[in-house]
Amino acid sequence: MRFRHIVSETFTGLRRNLTMTLAVIMTMWVSLSLFGSGLLASQQIDLLKGEWYDKIEISIFLCTKSTPGPNCTPGQDVTQGQKDEIERTLRNNPEVAPEGIYFESKAEAFAEYQEAYRGNPLQGVLTEEDMQESFRVKLKNPEHYEGVISAVVGLPGVQTIQDLRQILDPFFQWLNLLQWTAIIASVLLLVAAALQIGNTIRLAAFARRREIGIMRLVGASNLYITLPFLLEAVISALIGAALACVTLVTGVYFIIVQRAQPSLQGLRWIGPYQTLVAMAGVAIVGLLLSIIPTLITTRKYLRV
Amino acid sequence: MIRFEGVTKVYEGQRRPALSEVDIDIEKGEFVFLVGASGSGKSTFLRLILREQRPTTGRVFVAGRELNRLHSWKIPSIRRQIGTVFQDFRLLPNKTVHENVAFALQVIGKPASVIRRVVTEVLALLGLDGTGDRMPDELSGGEQQRVAVARAFVNRPKLLIADEPTGNLDPATSVGIMKLLDRINRADTTVLMATHDSTIVDQMRKRVIELDEGIVVRDQSRGVYGY
Repeated sequence: MRFRHIVSETFTGLRRNLTMTLAVIMTMWVSLSLFGSGLLASQQIDLLKGEWYDKIEISIFLCTKSTPGPNCTPGQDVTQGQKDEIERTLRNNPEVAPEGIYFESKAEAFAEYQEAYRGNPLQGVLTEEDMQESFRVKLKNPEHYEGVISAVVGLPGVQTIQDLRQILDPFFQWLNLLQWTAIIASVLLLVAAALQIGNTIRLAAFARRREIGIMRLVGASNLYITLPFLLEAVISALIGAALACVTLVTGVYFIIVQRAQPSLQGLRWIGPYQTLVAMAGVAIVGLLLSIIPTLITTRKYLRV
Repeated sequence: MIRFEGVTKVYEGQRRPALSEVDIDIEKGEFVFLVGASGSGKSTFLRLILREQRPTTGRVFVAGRELNRLHSWKIPSIRRQIGTVFQDFRLLPNKTVHENVAFALQVIGKPASVIRRVVTEVLALLGLDGTGDRMPDELSGGEQQRVAVARAFVNRPKLLIADEPTGNLDPATSVGIMKLLDRINRADTTVLMATHDSTIVDQMRKRVIELDEGIVVRDQSRGVYGY
């Protein structure tokens, strides 16, 4: 019965302040959607980079039976002796970072391939045997890649050398810029939303000061007095967060699933898991953003 | 019931203390008038009892507990044991008479069935039968004050504080309110009433404490308003 009373007070309050409630919901919706998009963008970038991008600079792919190359014997995989030679050359090279040489076996490469193309029509095309073994190399100074490449490029067993960073770094820089712009814009909007909630609570507390005064006189506990305000703020924020989640899901569905994925099949795209992560982030931030300003404002204006 | 030990209260930015070295002891079941000119410290005295303010020096005891020592989250429970009646009635304008009185029971979590029964009882006791569904602004001043007394009394508090309860009422209605307070006092509730109303004080011949510029100048057991 006490609970029912509090719930009815909350809904009366929401209705009385309808325009402000709507304003809070809309601000929350927009700012949380932007924030969620930032989270999705960041996850997408991670997916595009894949397993190795951040860790190493140069990838040296080794010969297999089916890959042609200037240093490859047709129909033959790279031999152990050739692999040892390549590794020794790398170890002796002054530009290679200490502990910066990784070897990826066919099994590991296959596992990564499965992971990257999961759900993608290309998934079943290659087998483990088709995978290339590779050396992944981290440099002391990413600018000084030429020395390492020239040392290794002529060695038997080396099929091709990729320095993806050269090509893709500008692209990722641009993506990072987009991502950070989204996040900064969302942070500013979220701060605005928090201030708006604080203001709404302040006005509501002022409008109800008579009732609040009498409640204090009659001995209502601080929780009893603050609870309706808290619930109002949380409900508005949760509605805004729910709308933001719907926006994110719709966005991912129409932009990624319907358009980007079919047309750019070779890339890894965000999917349900990443969307769920973004929605969880949105829900948590939405809750915090409603509770914290409310507690601060009620402490200040209710003199509890 | 109430004890003030060497209580001095100076408000911020003021030079003269609102209360100065006040030592008062009020026993359970007493009926005490608090008289004095405006600004003599009567309201401050009451505010200290309700812990709306804290003394600058000295100690205030209510029902044996020292108020200054209490955590702020314990204050609501003290206030539930004190009924209050004010000059401006302080009823909730958007609630009916019944809901206004019920409010005091709702905030302490009594179940709805108990509330309904007790409120109807108390309204009958105070001569407010049938007004349960009316709104405060439909009532006369005297009736509104009765509702305020009902709300103050519904929890059967140990202490009832009245700050100029008859200030907005005509003499005849005032007498009615005083009769109520007297009955409440005889039912074992300590009553402390601040007032300007000399007629009432003279009529009732109860203990009179007089304040002048924050100092207790008189404390008589069966006193009158003036000397």
